[in-house]
Amino acid sequence: MIRTYILEDLDCAHCAGKIEADVAKLEGVKKSTVTLLTQKLVVEIEDAKAGKLTKEVKRIVKKYEPDVTVIEK
Amino acid sequence: MTKKLKKRLTRIICGMVLFAAALFVDRTWGTVWPNAPLAAFLAAFLVSGGDVIKKAAMNITQGQIFDENFLMTIATTGAFLVGEYPEGAAVMLFYQVGEWFQAYAVNKSRKSIRDLMDIRPDYANVIRGKETVTVSPEEVKPGEIITVKPGERIPLDGTVIQGNTTLDTMALTGESLPREAGVGDDVISGCVNQSGVIGIRVTKEYGASTVTKILELVENAGSRKAESENFISKFARYYTPVVVGLAAALAILPPLITGGDWYVWIYRALSFLVVSCPCALVISIPLSFFGGLGGAGKAGILIKGSNYLEALSKAEIVVMDKTGTLTKGNFVVSRIVPAGLPAGSDGEKEQAAARLLELTAYAESGSNHPISRSLLQAYGKEIAGERITEQEETAGFGVSAVVDGKRIVAGNLRHMERSGISCEMADAVGTVVYAACDGQYLGHIVIADQVRPDAREAVARLTDSGIKDIVMLTGDRRETALAVAKEVGIRHVYAQLLPGDKVARMEELLQRKSEKGKLVFVGDGMNDAPVLARSDIGIAMGGLGSDAAIEAADVVIMTDEPSKIARAMEISRRTLAIVRQNIIFAIGVKVCILILAACGLASMWVAVFGDVGVAVIAILNAMRSLRA
Repeated sequence: MIRTYILEDLDCAHCAGKIEADVAKLEGVKKSTVTLLTQKLVVEIEDAKAGKLTKEVKRIVKKYEPDVTVIEK
Repeated sequence: MTKKLKKRLTRIICGMVLFAAALFVDRTWGTVWPNAPLAAFLAAFLVSGGDVIKKAAMNITQGQIFDENFLMTIATTGAFLVGEYPEGAAVMLFYQVGEWFQAYAVNKSRKSIRDLMDIRPDYANVIRGKETVTVSPEEVKPGEIITVKPGERIPLDGTVIQGNTTLDTMALTGESLPREAGVGDDVISGCVNQSGVIGIRVTKEYGASTVTKILELVENAGSRKAESENFISKFARYYTPVVVGLAAALAILPPLITGGDWYVWIYRALSFLVVSCPCALVISIPLSFFGGLGGAGKAGILIKGSNYLEALSKAEIVVMDKTGTLTKGNFVVSRIVPAGLPAGSDGEKEQAAARLLELTAYAESGSNHPISRSLLQAYGKEIAGERITEQEETAGFGVSAVVDGKRIVAGNLRHMERSGISCEMADAVGTVVYAACDGQYLGHIVIADQVRPDAREAVARLTDSGIKDIVMLTGDRRETALAVAKEVGIRHVYAQLLPGDKVARMEELLQRKSEKGKLVFVGDGMNDAPVLARSDIGIAMGGLGSDAAIEAADVVIMTDEPSKIARAMEISRRTLAIVRQNIIFAIGVKVCILILAACGLASMWVAVFGDVGVAVIAILNAMRSLRA
């Protein structure tokens, strides 16, 4: 399944890259892309592992960019 | 301006005021009370750079070192430690100003790209019962009826059932000429209604409508990253640690070996650190691609990803389908040639031509064949049914009918032979319809597909831009194919191909291109999915209203203009040029400043410019890609 998150106020390209890389390492994640310009994180994940995804994404984003608000779409 | 940007601006202004005050304190009380300047500069430093220091500290606790915040904190704190108070505070302030501009520019371009593709309808006026209610487009179901007033955006795809109007399709197609729409016409969501109120029966729900498809495509385009973008991410991963290592060496080794002043070398190492951030590249390159995608979208060219935008600039072979791509794909009467008239009798010839067309149109009026329909269209007048007393169609040959009491036979050459009429074979491109009246040959009518008006220009522009080979593939007859090729200026033609043959020819062509070169296939998106898929870049034309084309292709040209292929490649090359400029500029300036800093020739000010200044310039340059 594909989940999309909006990373409101994301404006650091470096952090975007790190968030992308860390989300990609989460269990069950097949692909993760952060687009700085649309402030979007798109995650492709195995259905069975998707339950905790939002929590994990929020944790990772907070680690790199505490000012960014994560909104699930 | 977002809330976050405003907050940061306030911080910068406060920092500036405090910095000015500190300079004043330094001049006046510095001699009286030696610690006053330190306190004043420290205050300015903490106010302007508080968030940077906080982030740096937090990141270290999370195990994240070597980020920008960390580097700035070390560099400026270091300046304070070596006694350069004004420098420490000013550099932090300068850095914050640069960062702010960077965020502002990114925000601004993000907004202008969004505005460019602002085709999202906000509401729909749907008729429910006797009332008109305004609802969100998502709530309207297929089959419901909506009304659209002048100035409003059509929210959903549908068919006009009431009223006439003109539509502005600019946002979708880049076409400034308005399109007419009346009862029975299909209209597409995203267009703006210009003149009259229309009623529309909705045919698709919002999620499946054209506007949603286009928006999804545009929004997702950014996630297919180009090779240069991936290169930069990789580059950044190695670059920062390497620079930090060099800085450490610079701070420690020279004083140990030469016994030089520790302060001097530490200061140089700090400047070195500040330049090291690869932000200029990390931000400006995706931004250039995004701008290029946005600019192309504005011109009515939807590109599904930065990777395709990049690949377009490497196009080497362009393969074009004929029908529907280079030609309009609709057949019209191109020539009417009455038989047996000597040259010079123009008036007579015209009369005979009109009679030939009239009789043929009447004879063919009962048929549903595309050829018959184009004859009727060329005739343009109402068919008076009572004039026809008999009508018979022989599939694959033609028709025979009795019109005004005369037996008319119309069809191909074999049909004439079968009917025992002697006539000459016409030398023409396209389909020829021969006609005879009461056994006497009247003449022939040529029906041909029309070459698109800008097809020739498209081919010329592609050739000029350095495309090595332009190839035409078609299932059509060789003669017709060659004639079209000649007209548009293509020399390389494969004709009479079955669908399977097209793929085989593509394989051959793919062998011929160089390793890095790309093969582009251009089709109308109908029946050419396998070929589109096999090519490096598949371009579909006439995407407006064709879901199949939007899905199958990598690049969708919303209008029917083949010249947009050349336009897309121009945008691609322009974007790539901007990307290259930024890479060379940013890396060049940084390397220069790194060398200067190591030699002690660049102050921390220059170093901060090397970081944020370069980033802002690169971003401004990247924003040019928007103006496609």
